[in-house]
Amino acid sequence: MELRKVRDNVWEIPKQGEMKVPALVYASERLLADVRQDLTLEQARNVACLPGIQRMSYVMPDAHQGYGFPIGGVAAFDLDEGVISPGGVGYDINCGVRLLRSDFLDQDITARRKELLAEIFREVPAGVGKGGVTRLSRAVLKDILARGAEWAVENGYGMKEDLERTEEYGRMGEADPDALSDRALERGVPQLGTLGAGNHFLEIQKVQEVLDKEAAAAFGVEGAGQVLVMIHCGSRGLGHQVATDYIELMGNAFGVKGLPDRELVNAPFRSELGRRYYRAMSAAVNYAFANRQMIAHWVRDVFAKVLGSAKGMRQVYDVCHNVAKVEQHVVGGRSRDLCVHRKGATRSFGPGRAEIPEAYRAAGQPVIIPGSMGTASYLLVGTGEAEELSFGSTAHGAGRVMSRHEALRRFRGEQIRDDLARRGIELKSTSWKGVAEEASAAYKDVDEVVRVSHEVGLGRLVARLVPVGVMKG
Amino acid sequence: MERYRILPHTADGKFRAYGRTLEEAFANAALAMASLMWDWRKIEPKIARSVRVTGTDREQLLVKFLGEVVFLLDTQRFLLAAVKDLMIREGPDGWALEAELRGDALSGRYEVYGGVKAVTYHEMRIEASDRVVVQVVVDM
Repeated sequence: MELRKVRDNVWEIPKQGEMKVPALVYASERLLADVRQDLTLEQARNVACLPGIQRMSYVMPDAHQGYGFPIGGVAAFDLDEGVISPGGVGYDINCGVRLLRSDFLDQDITARRKELLAEIFREVPAGVGKGGVTRLSRAVLKDILARGAEWAVENGYGMKEDLERTEEYGRMGEADPDALSDRALERGVPQLGTLGAGNHFLEIQKVQEVLDKEAAAAFGVEGAGQVLVMIHCGSRGLGHQVATDYIELMGNAFGVKGLPDRELVNAPFRSELGRRYYRAMSAAVNYAFANRQMIAHWVRDVFAKVLGSAKGMRQVYDVCHNVAKVEQHVVGGRSRDLCVHRKGATRSFGPGRAEIPEAYRAAGQPVIIPGSMGTASYLLVGTGEAEELSFGSTAHGAGRVMSRHEALRRFRGEQIRDDLARRGIELKSTSWKGVAEEASAAYKDVDEVVRVSHEVGLGRLVARLVPVGVMKG
Repeated sequence: MERYRILPHTADGKFRAYGRTLEEAFANAALAMASLMWDWRKIEPKIARSVRVTGTDREQLLVKFLGEVVFLLDTQRFLLAAVKDLMIREGPDGWALEAELRGDALSGRYEVYGGVKAVTYHEMRIEASDRVVVQVVVDM
């Protein structure tokens, strides 16, 4: 694929053939070498061919091949002439990350670390086929779909303040539970309040290094050794089913002929089906917010029980990294509403945006980038330039470079556990094979991903976090 | 005859399943997908679940059939061990499939090491010559 170097870490796929706009890749030479191994660039080019796409089809530094859209893809569409595509959001709608801070230092918890992790493992259901603690009625489920984390807080899971520190304040107002199929609801009933499996995890972390004192202080991150908790999960089977249902419905209604990949299927944003998907997707987003809200509550409970208090365990923020949203952006010199798709990409708004809670409006939005299991994670802050560069978006994690199959062939879960233990990191999982599949060597170097984000200006470094206890689904 | 082969794919699960007929290839595709999550050879075929799906074309039929296996896992913790009496018909309104799935409910006896979130159309191929080959990528 022909790539033109624009400047350091920025590469363009020039507009050609059916492309309506160019594609722009944010990657160092090293990350680009990985990206070239799979279909990421072809997929970014395919996205650039969709009707109503604005400015560019963007590729984030952690990008890898998806289906239809690349993972790490950002694309914004005109509301009148553009489309909405379930494949541009991904199957795990509102897969995202929540970060809690605390007043504890690593040395305060060292002796109780094993116990903390074991208790969290007991309280937070995880793994494939593992149901939640409560059997919901359909009526309650629909309430959760309409109200997201608000429902959870009203029902005793966490604090009102958590909502302010959640993207969309924990609830997308456009959600319509009646836009979901019975199958989606049926999958949602047993799984609320569960972590799931695959790359989803819960980590007790400590701050290794603060890289931007001012922003860190605004986010309640004070210095090295401070204990944090990171929760990475999504909307579970309910969200997967919403994506599956609407891919089918849109294919049947608008056809798939002429699409280079059937997963690029889409509907005009203003069409009945396009709007219905947006309302269903929003409901799945709310389910995921409620899910992370409940898990965060249980984590605080465990800290309180094991350590005597959940000292200062405030929420830093909660971000979505698989979502489509209507947002205002400047294109061609004027401010317009666009439907921004972020698939494996995190919103990264700079200071002043109305979407950011007041407490953070002067600093910018916290951006949470989870690393792979047992490696570093990062806290970043959104920038004003990112709006120009990527519709206010940056990376979402490390991004895989090795297949699960290959990882299983090369690694043993028990071996990984022992290696982590030697580095002072506890690990709990429902499956050793699952641990092997998620070996950190199967992922890109997250340090390199965030370095590019920082240098290009997509999101700036605030703190480097390292795990002390890992729970994998 | 080889039932299926798991292929490398960066983020997800990819496989090819084989059969003398479309029916056999679809049944083997279900086992291939199950093998990404559990060892279907170790599951007792104690419970039967009948499935019936329709599709506008063979690709949609396959996505919806495999989707049933994922759905049964999520809602009934059903682990597939075998596929029986799979029948595919092409009618004036598209394609229809019926089959009986045999398996057992997830319990401490079994290890489930991976989760398929959804079945995709990405790089899907259904080819019939002297044998039928189907290729599927699933989101994990």
